[in-house]
Amino acid sequence: MKINVTINNQKRELEAAYDEFLVDTLRRYGYLSVKKGCDTGSCGLCTVWVDEKPILSCATLSVRVNGKNITTIEGVQKEAKQFADFLVNEGAEQCGFCSPGFIMTVLAMKRELAHPTEESIVHYLTGNLCRCTGYAGQLRAVKKYLGVV
Amino acid sequence: MISIQDYALPATLEETYEVLTAKKSNTILGGCAFLRIGSKKIGVAVDLAKLNLDFINEKNDSIEIGAMTTFRKIETNPVLIKYFNGILPKAVSHIVGVQLRNSVTAGATIYSRYGFSDFITALLSLDADVVLYKGGQVSLETFLEDGAKKDILVKVIIPKTDRKAVFQTMRNSRSDYAVLNAAVSNKENDWKVVVGARPQRAKIARAASHYLAESQLTKEDIEYAAELAANELTFGSNIRGSREYREAICKVLVKRAIMEVLA
Repeated sequence: MKINVTINNQKRELEAAYDEFLVDTLRRYGYLSVKKGCDTGSCGLCTVWVDEKPILSCATLSVRVNGKNITTIEGVQKEAKQFADFLVNEGAEQCGFCSPGFIMTVLAMKRELAHPTEESIVHYLTGNLCRCTGYAGQLRAVKKYLGVV
Repeated sequence: MISIQDYALPATLEETYEVLTAKKSNTILGGCAFLRIGSKKIGVAVDLAKLNLDFINEKNDSIEIGAMTTFRKIETNPVLIKYFNGILPKAVSHIVGVQLRNSVTAGATIYSRYGFSDFITALLSLDADVVLYKGGQVSLETFLEDGAKKDILVKVIIPKTDRKAVFQTMRNSRSDYAVLNAAVSNKENDWKVVVGARPQRAKIARAASHYLAESQLTKEDIEYAAELAANELTFGSNIRGSREYREAICKVLVKRAIMEVLA
């Protein structure tokens, strides 16, 4: 089936099988920042935005995003770089495989939470797993990035 | 591995029902969060996205939640935060992560009668009804007990009362599915004790609910009601916990929930 989407502000016509999931379609079309992790809707690595909301692309059928706006980390590079600097400065970056999904969730959180607290940050990021860091450095980086004391 | 042969995006409930019932393998798509881990062979995947079923409406005497409303909307909706001690937002707020809750829908969760559901447990404590396209309005409890007849779940209706409700859950980790969950509510001494993720689907503990209504609600009464709930319900074992563990946890969660309702 042909689906018409806007990816990172560019209109695209993609071909996807009815049972293909968005992570696979996006990667097939070269959006390789979208990582495949657990592939069961548990780890958050495949996070992209659909109409500005973070979703799991491994749990979203491609046909259902027809007509919608999709944002991957390639579409928010400047913002992503700003936050990535905080991650690096806090030593929160190790293998980096979970970073694209994690950063997409953090940037979505920045837009959604008017007054973030440590508790609301942790709650928002529960769906992003990292097997390397233990989260302490990431939490420091997010708090500094969002100006949470 | 799932397979889907065709996809339909009907514009009316009537059309949806026609496509749905045309073939046994035709299936309505919900949030699709758990689709990938199954092995279903779907004929026509029916998408409800065009039916405007994504809503939370506050009416004079009820609150209505559309079938396509996501858990994230339920979690953050001011009306649902305000009523029933905020039990519905609290119940869904620990389900995996924000991303998944932006996909999971109320209708699909209820229609699938998931045993592990936190949402169904909380909803059962609120006298909720479901509205089916063909089956009309039935109590959630009846819907859960009845066999699966193909229908379209349109919305959930919750009577808007001053019922105080509390949700309790035991999880191995914050974002995991519940080992066990419980909801207790009370309105003018009409108590409801509900236990879910047993791991079978949520059920009202009738004896415990009746006992609370008749008792003086002393510490001993509360403990006895929790004991009754654990005795009258059945429990099973799975990867998250054994039958014995669930039975023991049930007493603790029900007791805590009753005490919180009374606080």
